[in-house]
Amino acid sequence: MEYVNPLTGFRVDGRRPNEMRQLKAEVGVVARADGSALFEMGNTRVIAAVYGPREIQNKGQQVNNKEALVRCEYRMAEFSTGDRRRKPKGDRRSTEISLVIRQTMEASILTDLMPRSQIDIFVQVLQADGGTRSACINAATLALADAGIPMRDIVTSCSAGYLCSTPLLDLNYVEDSAGGPDVTVGILAKMDKVTLLQMDAKLPMDTFESVMGLAIEGCKAIATYIREVLLENTKRLEYQRG
Amino acid sequence: MRDLNLSLNQTQRVRLEAALHELQSLVPAAASAAAVTVADTIPVNQEDNILKYISLSQENTIQEDTISLFVCADELVWCRGHGTSDQDGEVVATLCGVVERVNKLVYVRTLRARYKPEVGDIIVGRVIEIAPKRWRLEINFSQDAVLMLSSMNLPDGIQRRRTAVDELNMRSIFVENDVICVSTILALSVEVDNCFIFCFSDFKSVFAYVVVLTHADTLRVINHQAEVRGFQHDGSLHLQARSEKYGKLERGQLLMVPPYLVKRKKQHFHNLAQYDVDLILGCNGFIWVGEHVLVGENVKTTEDRQKYSNEAENFTPLETRKHICRLANAIRVLSALGFTLTVELIIETAEASVSSNVEVNDMLGAEFYVQTAEREAKRRAALLRKKKGGR
Repeated sequence: MEYVNPLTGFRVDGRRPNEMRQLKAEVGVVARADGSALFEMGNTRVIAAVYGPREIQNKGQQVNNKEALVRCEYRMAEFSTGDRRRKPKGDRRSTEISLVIRQTMEASILTDLMPRSQIDIFVQVLQADGGTRSACINAATLALADAGIPMRDIVTSCSAGYLCSTPLLDLNYVEDSAGGPDVTVGILAKMDKVTLLQMDAKLPMDTFESVMGLAIEGCKAIATYIREVLLENTKRLEYQRG
Repeated sequence: MRDLNLSLNQTQRVRLEAALHELQSLVPAAASAAAVTVADTIPVNQEDNILKYISLSQENTIQEDTISLFVCADELVWCRGHGTSDQDGEVVATLCGVVERVNKLVYVRTLRARYKPEVGDIIVGRVIEIAPKRWRLEINFSQDAVLMLSSMNLPDGIQRRRTAVDELNMRSIFVENDVICVSTILALSVEVDNCFIFCFSDFKSVFAYVVVLTHADTLRVINHQAEVRGFQHDGSLHLQARSEKYGKLERGQLLMVPPYLVKRKKQHFHNLAQYDVDLILGCNGFIWVGEHVLVGENVKTTEDRQKYSNEAENFTPLETRKHICRLANAIRVLSALGFTLTVELIIETAEASVSSNVEVNDMLGAEFYVQTAEREAKRRAALLRKKKGGR
């Protein structure tokens, strides 16, 4: 199958190779959570809720009493994929993604400012169309910022792939399941540091660099957007407060 | 619309947007320019040497006469609660909020965040656990607060040592899920090496203060470092209920609003005599609206009468209950709109609902919500005009 049209250079969903899907973010969507966000990348749609910092519920999980304990749970809603399938809660894929998200967010949260407490991040995929783990990380960042949890920097994530000898930004489900390499990158946008790098297949070194460069570009674009959303939200809260 | 699930129709949406737009236009431009998000650089005038970070180990090498202002602390400690950190010599926000500058101190005031205790705050909390000699309270803080048996007045009012019998009778005072009102006394989570030393050049001789920056963002100025060591380091927040006005809250509603909507004031207890209702605006965003209870001297004079009417007092009159619901709904609407909660505004909103014949249950509807926004816009515009006229 041709994922990039050789004549026009467009992808299956009509995007250019270095074009991202449309982003949409909304903050404060869950009433009872300390912070929450809805994040959309094209048809991928993810909701995140943050509870905390709060008292540690299970003292056994406490690693040390100098920093906050960060926990993360990733779930895919049953209706999120094309075929409706009941997914067991602790399947390997979601356990792995939970871990990935937790580690990525932990890199940015200033956990030592909130000793003896825990932060719970719940991310739920409402619609899956590729790049769910990127979308989850972006949603979690927004939700954490909304919850007023101090962070070093904004973490954003974006994926990129290499199909038909073209580096492609922000793969959708069709491109994702094509079997080509899929590079998911998470960066601290301002500090220019990589906190997450995952790849599913092999890539030559020089191609990898261009693909990763593309993903980083995508991350930065997302970071700009996320900051716009957050700034607008902050301004709104401030003028409403008066 | 965080708490209310509203379905606005087209007109209402337009009206709401207009009202919010007006509110926005009333805020001075400088205020909205001060808003920052995570990882935004906060501009500080480096030439003025506004902030300088020195790690505590270097503290001894400070030359007193050359200091303009030194904040001696581990760099990370500097951002504790203040929402700023140091990245390559730049001051960078770690939170979303508004930049505040007090003298030479720059910090970010958060909007939506959990409660940060300060010493002396009046708060409302819910008992979640009874532990030996203490109650644990949920107060919307990052940890549970502790109310020691010894830091509250016993029902008999006698000052004495707490005995084992008292400890066994703790459940007769508060049980789990009781809502109680207390004040914070200690909010300490710092270890000694996390202390700040502030030196102010404005003084002729340089004073070195050890400022214990707690979770609470509280600047406790202590003259000598040795005193700091006297504090407990268990990190828990200690509460006290030493006066008769503190204690169990009954016959009312507990509302949870974001803490930034409650401003710290002299008065947090309000007795709305016209409704026969008590209103407690807890600094932690827990708001109590309940039937008025008599405290202090009044109790003694009315004691006999109370005995008489004890049976009658066992239920709250319907009228009062309606008032409680009306005030509670007013608070719900105001907090959903994100307006600062003051007694005046709450009463005004409740009065407005009465005068426009809005039923208690309709107060959470779309129409009243929009009306409240419009009224607030008008009120603030009038306030601004008055201020300008005054000048």
